[in-house]
Amino acid sequence: MAVVSLRNVGKVYPPTARDGASVTAIDDVSLDVEAGDIYGIIGYSGAGKSTLVRLVNALERSTSGEIWVNGQNIAALRERELRRVRLGIGMIFQQFNLLGSRTVARNVAYPLEVAGYPKEQRAARVAELLDFVGLSDKAGSYPDQLSGGQKQRVGIARALATQPSILLADEATSALDPETTHEVLALLKRVNAEFGVTIIVITHEMDVIQTIATKVAVMDQGQVIERGPVFEVFSNPQAAASARFVSTVVKGVPSAAELAVLRERHAGRIVTLTFRDSAVDQKAVFGELSAANVAFEVVYGGINEIQGRPFGHLTLALTGDDPVIDRVLDHIRTLTTVTEVR
Amino acid sequence: MDALIDLLPELWTATYETLYIVALTLFFGGLGGLLVGLGLYVTRAGSVLENKPLFVVLNLLVNFIRPIPFIIFLAAAQPLARVVTGSGIGNNAIIFTIALAASFAMARIVEQNLLTVTPGVIDAARSVGAGPIRIIFTVLLPEALGPLILGYTFIFVALVDMSAVAGYVGGGGLGNFALLYGYRQYEPVVTWAAVLIIIVLVQVVQFFGNYLARKALRR
Repeated sequence: MAVVSLRNVGKVYPPTARDGASVTAIDDVSLDVEAGDIYGIIGYSGAGKSTLVRLVNALERSTSGEIWVNGQNIAALRERELRRVRLGIGMIFQQFNLLGSRTVARNVAYPLEVAGYPKEQRAARVAELLDFVGLSDKAGSYPDQLSGGQKQRVGIARALATQPSILLADEATSALDPETTHEVLALLKRVNAEFGVTIIVITHEMDVIQTIATKVAVMDQGQVIERGPVFEVFSNPQAAASARFVSTVVKGVPSAAELAVLRERHAGRIVTLTFRDSAVDQKAVFGELSAANVAFEVVYGGINEIQGRPFGHLTLALTGDDPVIDRVLDHIRTLTTVTEVR
Repeated sequence: MDALIDLLPELWTATYETLYIVALTLFFGGLGGLLVGLGLYVTRAGSVLENKPLFVVLNLLVNFIRPIPFIIFLAAAQPLARVVTGSGIGNNAIIFTIALAASFAMARIVEQNLLTVTPGVIDAARSVGAGPIRIIFTVLLPEALGPLILGYTFIFVALVDMSAVAGYVGGGGLGNFALLYGYRQYEPVVTWAAVLIIIVLVQVVQFFGNYLARKALRR
């Protein structure tokens, strides 16, 4: 069952100036997030992904459509009724948004105070959460004494305090260095695996999607232009914007400029082979080339693991007799996709 | 110098009166400023209790009262002081008028200090289900506490200044003392004695305010 289900959701900001135009931030988006998903939403700055995630806990109100969260259409609720719904939805932020006037422990206790937990229960729950994120020794520290990664771990502990079933991560790793990013992502994976929390991750970093997401939606100009399992979108992006994102992590086909450089350096014909899953036997492909006495050199590309499945492109420079090369390429076409770049 | 020695009892009384006026105006004016400043902050567009008409009214009121020179405000507010305190002159009327003027001056300082709180922490509080009133008391005021203390220290100096001016229209205190016994009697030493006490007073309060703000900011 979908825990978050958006039905034709729109968000239009009224004009700011008297004669200004209204701004459509979200344009007719429908999206289903299933229980237990780590759902990535990716897009360039201004694509509307932050607005979209803020609609899910109603930090911003939609102007049209339905937003079903745990079986309740929150678009129809009033602000006062929303406060109870929000207890079931945790949120972490790019700038962590910890309360600087409170210690780590009191930051984590904050949602428990709001939810009205008795004092003794609060202390026990805070200790449990700090242990989970590995910051028990920092309970009495203030946020400004912590590193970025530690702050985000406090943010995660705070977001999980009231045992929500949904966690929203709004660019949660964008202010962190790559190593810390992976620590935080590993923690989010544990949150998903150990507590069964459904996570919606907003990011502009394809790397984040590759590391933790099971499904991905690509946003552009307020619309979801592509969606699906991460492997499908990575290995076969349909929309141009998706392809650009994918190319940041999956070394694909060389661009025209890169190709010109490759041509200068390599004689012979240049072909790109696509390797997708274990369906393609690399040994067989290279065996064909060797058997036909075609000399080859890998000049571009790479193979990635996405959700444990290999995928990538390799571009080869082939030297030998043209008819021989044609014949061997025909053989290889029965094994995988071959694109000859001219 | 002999004149000053003769006037020492009056000087102490005047000092006590200044402290009394400033303490009460700091309390009432500070409270008023906090309320109006909070009102300005929470009713502005996009804030937790957005209310455009109320914001416009508060904003106009502050802009209307703040630029009035205090000595003119004293005269202009006299009928109102008479209604509220029962008399247009004397310390109570002065305290009322200073507190009123200080409320609007302080309102801007409070508003500006609250604006330094990152909107993100308010989002974070809202995301865990906190309502507007809870956000004001558990997020906004604690997060802005350091700058607010400095703001109140700043207004303290303005209150000392206003209380001295009020000496001109019948308020007691060091201002009145300096005018009455120093300026009008051609005794500059007496005037300077009042000035010296004011300087010491301001220094002590500024030091104390800085100390508290440092503690609040943990620096």
